[in-house]
Amino acid sequence: MTLDDMTRTSGEWLRGTGPESDIVMCSRIRLARNLADFPFSNRASRGEKLGVESQVKAAVEAAELDAVYFDVNAMSNLDRQFLVERQIVSSELAGGEGPRGVAVTPKENVSIMVNEEDHLRIQYMLSGFRLPEVWEAIDDLDDRLEENVAYAYSSSLGYLTACPTNVGTGIRVGVMVHLPGIVAGKGIDKVFRALQKINLAVRGLHGEGSQAFGDFYQISNHQTLGKSEEEIIRMLTDVVPQILQFERQARQDLVTGRRQHLHDQVSRAYGVLKTAQTISSEETMLLLSSVRLGINLGLIDDLSIATVNELFIQTQPAFLQKLHGGELGVEERNVARASFLRSRLAEGRGDDE
Amino acid sequence: MKCQKCAKPATFHITDIVAKGRHEEFHFCDEHARQHLAPAEEVVEASPISELAKKLAGIPGAGGAAMRESTAADKQVCPVCQITFLEFRNTGRLGCPYDYEVFRDELMPLLESVHGETRHSGKVPRRAPRNTQQQTTLIQIRNELKRAVAAEDYEAAAQLRDKIKRIEREQA
Repeated sequence: MTLDDMTRTSGEWLRGTGPESDIVMCSRIRLARNLADFPFSNRASRGEKLGVESQVKAAVEAAELDAVYFDVNAMSNLDRQFLVERQIVSSELAGGEGPRGVAVTPKENVSIMVNEEDHLRIQYMLSGFRLPEVWEAIDDLDDRLEENVAYAYSSSLGYLTACPTNVGTGIRVGVMVHLPGIVAGKGIDKVFRALQKINLAVRGLHGEGSQAFGDFYQISNHQTLGKSEEEIIRMLTDVVPQILQFERQARQDLVTGRRQHLHDQVSRAYGVLKTAQTISSEETMLLLSSVRLGINLGLIDDLSIATVNELFIQTQPAFLQKLHGGELGVEERNVARASFLRSRLAEGRGDDE
Repeated sequence: MKCQKCAKPATFHITDIVAKGRHEEFHFCDEHARQHLAPAEEVVEASPISELAKKLAGIPGAGGAAMRESTAADKQVCPVCQITFLEFRNTGRLGCPYDYEVFRDELMPLLESVHGETRHSGKVPRRAPRNTQQQTTLIQIRNELKRAVAAEDYEAAAQLRDKIKRIEREQA
């Protein structure tokens, strides 16, 4: 598997399957881990980072994940950005320096970043609302890696991390949710505040620049110390259904109160995406969000949810440039984006590879 | 979590992309979030002090006295990775696992404020965790090796390298 191969496939987490996948795009857990015998990444010399890298690579190999290791240090900026867009690496890893990389499985469920803020950042993603399943898988993966490396761990403070905000379990449990109904009903601030009160973080996802990423939000835990992994997961599995209910209600309100207006908005969005000759990333996100809502409400029936999910990623700048085979300016990207959208949407339904 | 600009609870968590591949996180109350997001308003300077370091400076009930006390704490150096507490305060990142013991007194109130708890209650690695001695020896010897190489004392460097290899073999 090369990066170019990856332009022809997409991550499992975009498939739009699994429980509640009309709203929950994916469930994701990441674990922060460090090797006991090395200083943390920010304090490690080049030689030490190479040492960490080779130990982790060996452990990944021994864990028989069928993962491919990409040397992020040797990559072009465009390739790094491509991995960021696919949620495989963080922008910290992409923008970092020195020996660093990421191991990725072919379905892109698993990514193991090496020499990020922590020596290892293990991530596991599945489409839909399936946190316990994700935990079971990442817990097992963590055990398999640990057979070949010694983690920095203290019995009183748990897994030791470069930043004290991650110490303890080192876990970040999150769901990526699509909330166009709540946003349209101007209820998103209320959701932010309610989650804040129970110690959960909500972040808007961002695409190019700082514009919001098509009404997608990420809900995750802050606290990593003093609660077990299961307790933290339970916080999310208890609360997320209430948000889903709130979103469903908001969607229902849109359908009953302003059906014609909504149908018009969805159809226009779909029409623009199918026919535009040049389109910005910002407008694309906005329109894709409407189309995604339209499919879930049965207003569009000739397009699969998987295709729309993929388009959120495939209309990002680095993907378009990889497809083109080189760098493109903003104007050229807008033309390339429109052309890509026209061809993907003409394929219509039945595209769920 | 409190707003970065006032004492109200932070209800907005904003991630801005400040340059290619770099982003910055902000935590604000409603009012300051609005100010931050309105382009015409004052531009928020990219602060070198991390949000965490600010939190450290603002440990509840500490106030100005804590700042003075912390100047003494700032000078503490980790014998393993050589980081000072001041460097941690400025970057929000520790240098090695041993820092949790060296700076324990300073870190505990911070952990309490960030997590509301100070004791791990979760997964335990299957392998018996190494004791502190084992965890820090290699980091220390690697540092000695760096110093030996810098001082062009290659004889000492060669010995240290052998020592590292021996320990790595023992631990494998």
